[in-house]
Amino acid sequence: MLDSATLSARLEEILYAHKDMEGSLLPILHAVQADFGYVPPEALPIIAKDLNITRAEAHGVMSFYHDFREKPAGRHVLKLCRAEACQAMGGDRVAAHAQKALGLDWHETSADGAVTLDPIFCLGLCACGPAAMLDGKLIGRLDEARIDAIIGDIK
Amino acid sequence: MKLYLPLDSAAVALGADEIAQAIHLHAKSKGIELELVRNGSRGMVFLEPMAEVETPAGRMAFGPLTLADVPALFGDLAAHPKALGLTDDLPWMRAQTRLTFARVGVIDPLSMADYRAQGGLTGLTRALAMAKAEIVAEVTNSGLRGRGGAGFPTGIKWKTVSDAQADRKYIVCNADEGDSATFADRMLMEGDPLTLIEGMIIAGLATGATKGFVYIRSEYPIAIDVMQKAVVLAQAEGVLGASVMGSGHAFDIEIRVGAGAYVCGEETSLLNSLEGKRGVVRAKPPLPALEGFMGKPTVVNNVISLASVPVIFEKGAEHYKNFGLGRSRGTIPLQIAGNVKFGGLYEIAFGLSLGEIVDTIAGGTASGRPVKAVQVGGPLGAYFPRALFDTPFGYEEFAGKEGLIGHAGLTVFDDTADMLSQARFAMEFCAIESCGKCTPCRIGAVRGTETIDRIAKGDAAAIPLLTDLCNTMKSGSLCALGGFTPYPVLSALTHFPDDFNAMKEAAE
Ligand SMILES: Cc1cc2nc3c(=O)[nH]c(=O)nc-3n(C[C@H](O)[C@H](O)[C@H](O)COP(=O)(O)O)c2cc1C
Ligand code: SF4
Ligand code: FES
Repeated sequence: MLDSATLSARLEEILYAHKDMEGSLLPILHAVQADFGYVPPEALPIIAKDLNITRAEAHGVMSFYHDFREKPAGRHVLKLCRAEACQAMGGDRVAAHAQKALGLDWHETSADGAVTLDPIFCLGLCACGPAAMLDGKLIGRLDEARIDAIIGDIK
Repeated sequence: MKLYLPLDSAAVALGADEIAQAIHLHAKSKGIELELVRNGSRGMVFLEPMAEVETPAGRMAFGPLTLADVPALFGDLAAHPKALGLTDDLPWMRAQTRLTFARVGVIDPLSMADYRAQGGLTGLTRALAMAKAEIVAEVTNSGLRGRGGAGFPTGIKWKTVSDAQADRKYIVCNADEGDSATFADRMLMEGDPLTLIEGMIIAGLATGATKGFVYIRSEYPIAIDVMQKAVVLAQAEGVLGASVMGSGHAFDIEIRVGAGAYVCGEETSLLNSLEGKRGVVRAKPPLPALEGFMGKPTVVNNVISLASVPVIFEKGAEHYKNFGLGRSRGTIPLQIAGNVKFGGLYEIAFGLSLGEIVDTIAGGTASGRPVKAVQVGGPLGAYFPRALFDTPFGYEEFAGKEGLIGHAGLTVFDDTADMLSQARFAMEFCAIESCGKCTPCRIGAVRGTETIDRIAKGDAAAIPLLTDLCNTMKSGSLCALGGFTPYPVLSALTHFPDDFNAMKEAAE
């Protein structure tokens, strides 16, 4: 659990670093998520107050974007591209294999907290699909064997 | 010894970082003095990771490399198992007309000296000596149209912003590149970021804007990193800042990162996102050119539109305009993706036929099976059957076939593709990414998915329902997300009716 003193100290730094920026809410949310792995619900009222918007507005913005998490993710995050160019190279089949091997549907985190499986729509690796991103690292020409190897490494 | 190995995302996704590390280790163990430049990609993704070695005859290419191929890079180069010959002589490189991508893969993306040596800043230097109206006229005369999808003439957009009276104006670069099969923006930003910066500065001079934003999607970590470094470099070199190249004109750039919403590629949604709001589409008018970022006159242009400006000023509008077909002037970076033998980026004048692109340049499918369909222009673009392969690559030509070129991405599918599934995905994607502002898009896309599921179960009566729904989405949507999703859906239905036939084998 986050202790609130750490949260507010760090938040204060982030807010200060963004104070002269026009339209700073997304950069702030990105910075918070980079630090905490998600956007803690306790952070929203503090951010809203600083930017002089309502808490509902801040929440509305955060929930609009797929990137921001309301809860922490697993220790590893595997994002598989679901878009057309990867589909053309068997992306759906590879994704189904990953779901089965992990026992996870999209957006789910394994019970042991090891891994979260997310869909992503295009990584710009469309000429070497199926594509994936594992903890920020890009992977091209993914197949079932590579999925098994990845799962072996992170479990 | 001087070696080049791309830092490009595709090269990295195929192992370039590991190869780079092995190259360093090998050179160190052998006591070889090594200069390893991490450059952009030449665009031959099928050869990545591809290294180049500088030789007296020119740069020699080697790829696709595995770790086992590294030691031989330090031996007899001609005998290297992955030797491809001189890069410039490779068939993929020779046939292209590289204007916008001339430096990508050639230079160190973060070297101002390399940039200048290859013609960088020549266009800006020329623009600095011109009046605002002359700069706008040069862009108009080049025939350049927006490469983000809509194909709106760039010069006309700039003129609107230039003529507007305001205390502040902005240049916003749309680097949201959300369409599947597109990666030209990414490759340009990773391989030659200073070109984009130069193009944005020229846009600033033309319009009187002094501040620029590049809104890059979060799915592009390497492009974000390179762009951020390039901005710092350009500031340090006096190219950006209070006095651009000592001219007294101010222009600065800030990099912003998206947050995983496809609709934020739509320009008004993007502006809301930049302002820190939900990425909901705004009704037009007012045009962003008059009331854009923070209500001020704003140019919103795609990466490739802006990055094509420096070469237009370097070589002249006439030079650029002489390439192309009909009202599609200049060159277009084709992005060849999906199930293809040779995938990557290929810059060429407008006008090649779809068939030449798919069968000749792409070399057909990677699987070796027949090509069934090509989706052109991303998730809002139509599926083309072989019967339409004579369509020339141009804005009007594709529109004439109920399609669009969009951002010039092409996804090739072999004959195992099920076009009903592709149509369903188009609707599903629209439902996931809808900004929610209008009912035909928000609700229609969900109904569309359900209707296609009914067709899949054998309910032929659902086909006219799907067609009606598509017409409602086309006419009743505020933006092209809801308005163009019918293109992939209806093209799949029209050109591949068998896949929507209830009697189709359940086994496939
Ligand atoms: C749903 C949707 C997504 C879009 N995505 C992009 C995008 O990722 N990049 C882009 O440049 N334009 C995109 N556009 C087009 C922009 O709205 C706009 O036309 C473009 O940025 C203008 O720049 P240009 O004239 O240089 O093409 C999108 C439009 C729609 C409706
Ligand atoms: S068509 Fe869809 S994405 Fe576009 S404005 Fe309407 S609801 Fe939003
Ligand atoms: S479609 Fe998967 S990376 Fe672009």
